[in-house]
Amino acid sequence: MSDILTIKNLRVEGRPPGGAYVPIVKGVSLNVAKGEVLALIGESGSGKSTISLASMGFARPGCRIAGGEIWLNGRDIMKLSPQDRHALRGDEVSYVAQSAAASFNPALRIGKQVIEAPLWHGAGDAATLTATAVDLYRKLDLPNPDSVGEKFPHQVSGGQLQRLMAAMAMSCGPDLLILDEPTTALDVTTQIEVLKAFKDIIRDQGTAAIYVTHDLAVVAQVADRILVLKNGEMVEEGPTAQILHDPQHEYTRMLMDAVRPAPHLVDHVDASAAQAPVISARNITAGYGALTILSDVSVDVPAASVVGVIGESGCGKSTLARVVAGLTPLREGEIRLDGKVAAPSVKDRPRDSLKDCQIVFQMADTALNPRQRIGDILGRPLEFYQGLKGRARVEKVGDLLELVDLPRSFATRFPGELSGGQKQRINLARALAADPKVILCDEVTSALDTVVAAGVIELLKSLKDKLGVAYMFISHDLSTVASFADEVVVLYAGQVVEKGPSKVVFSPPFHPYTKLLLSSVPEMRQGWLEGVADTGEAKAASAGSVVIGAKGCPFANRCTHAIVGTCDVTPPPVRTLPGELEIACHLPIEEMP
Amino acid sequence: MYRIILTRLAQGLLTLLLASIIIFGATEILPGDVAEAILGQSRTEEALATLREEMGLNRPAIVRYFDWLGGMLQGDLGTSLATKRPVADMIESRMWNTLRLALLAAAISVPLSLALGLWSAIRAGGRVDKTLAMTTLALIAVPEFFIGLILMKVFAVELKWLSASANTRPYFDFWQNFRALALPVATLSFAVIAHMMRMTRSSVINIFTSPYLEMAALKGLPKRRLVVRHALPNALSPILTVIALNLSYMVSGVIIVETVFGVPGLTRLLVDGVTLRDIPLIQACAMIFGAVYILLNLLADVLSIMANPRLRYPK
Amino acid sequence: MSDATEIATPRASVFAGLRLTWTAVLAGSVLLFWLILALFGPWIAPHGEAEIISGTTFAPIGEGGLLGTDKLGRDVFSRLIYGVRTTLLLALITTVISFAFGVTLGFAAAILKGWFDIVVSRIVEAFMAFPSTLLALVVIGAFGTSITVLVLTVGLVLSTSVFRVSRALGYDIGVMDFVEAARARGEGTWWILTREILPNSMAPLIAEFGLRFTFSILFLSGLSFLGLGVQEPAADWGLMVQENVGGLFLGSSAALIPAACIASLTVSMNLLVDWFQQRQQGETVLEKIDQ
Ligand SMILES: Nc1ncnc2c1ncn2[C@@H]1O[C@H](COP(=O)(O)OP(=O)(O)O)[C@@H](O)[C@H]1O
Ligand code: SF4
Ligand SMILES: [Mg+2]
Repeated sequence: MSDILTIKNLRVEGRPPGGAYVPIVKGVSLNVAKGEVLALIGESGSGKSTISLASMGFARPGCRIAGGEIWLNGRDIMKLSPQDRHALRGDEVSYVAQSAAASFNPALRIGKQVIEAPLWHGAGDAATLTATAVDLYRKLDLPNPDSVGEKFPHQVSGGQLQRLMAAMAMSCGPDLLILDEPTTALDVTTQIEVLKAFKDIIRDQGTAAIYVTHDLAVVAQVADRILVLKNGEMVEEGPTAQILHDPQHEYTRMLMDAVRPAPHLVDHVDASAAQAPVISARNITAGYGALTILSDVSVDVPAASVVGVIGESGCGKSTLARVVAGLTPLREGEIRLDGKVAAPSVKDRPRDSLKDCQIVFQMADTALNPRQRIGDILGRPLEFYQGLKGRARVEKVGDLLELVDLPRSFATRFPGELSGGQKQRINLARALAADPKVILCDEVTSALDTVVAAGVIELLKSLKDKLGVAYMFISHDLSTVASFADEVVVLYAGQVVEKGPSKVVFSPPFHPYTKLLLSSVPEMRQGWLEGVADTGEAKAASAGSVVIGAKGCPFANRCTHAIVGTCDVTPPPVRTLPGELEIACHLPIEEMP
Repeated sequence: MYRIILTRLAQGLLTLLLASIIIFGATEILPGDVAEAILGQSRTEEALATLREEMGLNRPAIVRYFDWLGGMLQGDLGTSLATKRPVADMIESRMWNTLRLALLAAAISVPLSLALGLWSAIRAGGRVDKTLAMTTLALIAVPEFFIGLILMKVFAVELKWLSASANTRPYFDFWQNFRALALPVATLSFAVIAHMMRMTRSSVINIFTSPYLEMAALKGLPKRRLVVRHALPNALSPILTVIALNLSYMVSGVIIVETVFGVPGLTRLLVDGVTLRDIPLIQACAMIFGAVYILLNLLADVLSIMANPRLRYPK
Repeated sequence: MSDATEIATPRASVFAGLRLTWTAVLAGSVLLFWLILALFGPWIAPHGEAEIISGTTFAPIGEGGLLGTDKLGRDVFSRLIYGVRTTLLLALITTVISFAFGVTLGFAAAILKGWFDIVVSRIVEAFMAFPSTLLALVVIGAFGTSITVLVLTVGLVLSTSVFRVSRALGYDIGVMDFVEAARARGEGTWWILTREILPNSMAPLIAEFGLRFTFSILFLSGLSFLGLGVQEPAADWGLMVQENVGGLFLGSSAALIPAACIASLTVSMNLLVDWFQQRQQGETVLEKIDQ
């Protein structure tokens, strides 16, 4: 049999703190052949990571493998003694975790950690192993392969660290490689190079691999076969092309439908007739302490429309939302809410100004006070802004719950009793309780599963139509923004680099950064990765990282079009193009990508 | 890194200064003054005024403070009100007794508690760990004098193996010294060992929840290596802090132990000073203990800064 | 208050999800026992607090009183019963004082931030730069021993640690999104403190109260043992130990019994606090290796 790994009828149980064991994986079987990449996909909590770890015979703290057979290289490892089983890890099978930054020991040099497993398992002496590791670094396209091992993890960038973790996993020459969401924590622009590196190294060494992810577009690039999971059970299994193009099971189809097409393939919303802006932020400069994050940012949100704000993490998107809400006072500039100048700090704003502009946060769970009932969470703004009390308040809470498609009975629950998607709906309902003119949505769908997120987006759309509320929709997910926003603002390192109606922004000419973002969004098309990975753009983008407060154009260190002597010293001019498009770039319009 | 260390040293110095202000403030800005304390109940207004003049107590507090601080820095710790002897002399003759107790207890308790803490961490969840956890949990809540008295009752009064008095004589041989010091040192060690062991264990266990430890575990490394090579270096800073804290905590432990076993040490001097309200003596003793405490904490901080690769090798 | 939101199900309590263990039951019973004695002591004690019942000093257990007599021929058993009152009451008062100061200042520093936080934190740091016993000794040395001085001193010394815990809690919870949401809504400081931050700090504050209470008992009895705490003829456990240490060599247990009682109190309290915090402890990666 050429199968490296065969799992038969695997059952894993987990125990919530203080509770009893409940099944999390309910009889899953799978096999992985030599040189094959099997992808496990499914929503969070569907058991993907648990299964992948179980293939090393390992269960996370609080979990236990309750039954089934796990055949690795022809023997059932569950029949081995714990010591013998432990000896296989880091020898025959190795593991790549989600966040390299968290998975490298901060107190040890990288090179030491990379060769630690084979050294311990007696695969060679330190010098030989280091030489092999340096070869791996080279193959993975890491800068300074000879000296990178001498560094400590904090001295290396996130994308490089992720590739170094691949080296760490491959250094023992494993027969089976387990990759658990290895690119999820990365920005789209850095993801490409890392993904390519993983794919090449797996092909190169002929290793069998299990690739865990929730991102179908990523799966399309790396997997030979796909196994779809739901609630710890297998839903469907088949070759990548078949699952992507001809899904059999209803659940798989639902997953596929929730995936949004790439931004340039979307039917963009037509810009509506110009409305008076409900938010008008002019030349905002703001930051934390001595740090200046936003510089000279201007954004308008017209009534009853959606303005999308996109950019990599750390570009100041959340800061912008906080400044508009008055949580982080601005230093320079002016914010008008519904035409009236708003005080910089929330403390100095009158209630009706506060009421008009509400904010919804990214993390649904932390945004709700765990010790208040939903009824009180929603009731408070009703009382605070509208003076509703008693019966009227209770009635209105019920109405709000219905408005966000939740049953009225939820009023008596605590946040801990709700799922992630339900919590985010409560957050939205709390904002709606104020009867606002505009809601600032900061990555409201980023922490949710694709299907759940799609539901929330649909809800946002219907609320907009029903109530005429406007959104400032902040997201790093271009596809969502493209399908939803009337206008788009592209933020980079705290500066607006491009803005205009959605349709115009997502078609050429582009600002080089917008172009990079667009071409980095993974497509469901197999082979897409090979097409983009070797472009100079992708390489340049992964070479640098966001620098806030640069002298010239903030993007100059990662831009393939950069004009040396100009871009790195002079701030770029804002060019106004037809169709109300504004681009901040030195390039002449004809030369823009 | 040197910048950070220098800043920290400066902070330590500042704290020491603040400490001196607190000590001076607490003892001098009070109803009544040293003159009243010296003359006691039988004072006349006249005598009081003369004595105040003599001692310079009529000068403003700030001037007196700097006078006092200046004296301290030059080794002049003032004159005891009760014995009329220079405080420095009184302290000098007692210092060694206390220092010997503390050093012996430290030499035993630090390595022992580190080893026990690590052992407990390696066996986390096992029987050894659970037993140690329960024992130390109880032990940290037991007053030192109870431990001391029980030890004394069993080993000195009943079994008569060891001495109940820690008074040593210069002509004592090793065994005589051992008999005298075993009980106080053991008492002093008990409470700190329990505390340090628990903190060592929990500092290491805290690291266990981090993804890099799971990563290391999935490399197939044995537990000992995981604890010693992967968790310990990252737990160093909290462990150092705990050691410093406990060593300085010994100051309070020593007070009780010296009383129980009748050791003529520095803390007995302090307690006597407090009973007799001998202000200069209290000030001097408090400054010494405060300085030791601050120094130990400073040392722990500097060591953890030096052990942190993020600070040692900046980006 | 709205009527329909008042449903029979209990509020998510800080005690929710705690399972009883035998140590917790045992520790709880011991504490309850002492509490009852403290409340009804004078009706239970066979003799008065300072009443001399026998000419024999240091009478052994069983002779001249249930637990023997002390260095003046007083009934150890009766003094023990009176003593629990003093011991518990003083510890309670000092702990309450330390919480009144510590929690108020700690949360104020965390919410007001700015210069207030800086000033208060620096002062507290300076106080923490001393061993707490030393601080207490200096103050007592200066002011003399009286119950008021004692209680205030120990309360203030303990409040530094309460301050640190409250301030950290205030800072940690104060930056959470639900507090930001309340701030963005325009809620005032009072609402944020009482409705958002305090309810979410209850569990750690309760644990801290238990720890401070234990520490306070140890601290006070330590001072009494040095002769610097509660003064005769009042019955206090620490003081009883100090009075009767001399009897140890005469075969008397008059010093050991109160010392053991203090230990029973503090150990039980510690076990209870540990049980209260049990939820945070879980399995570790190391245990999984062996399975
Ligand atoms: N409270 C804070 N204090 C200091 N720096 C912060 C704070 N919040 C965010 N930052 C920094 O501000 C920058 C922008 O962050 P953020 O607005 O959250 O970006 P985004 O939402 O686009 O990911 C980042 O460099 C981040 O580290
Ligand atoms: S200004 Fe220069 S560096 Fe910046 S985006 Fe345009 S071409 Fe690139
Ligand atoms: Mg953000």
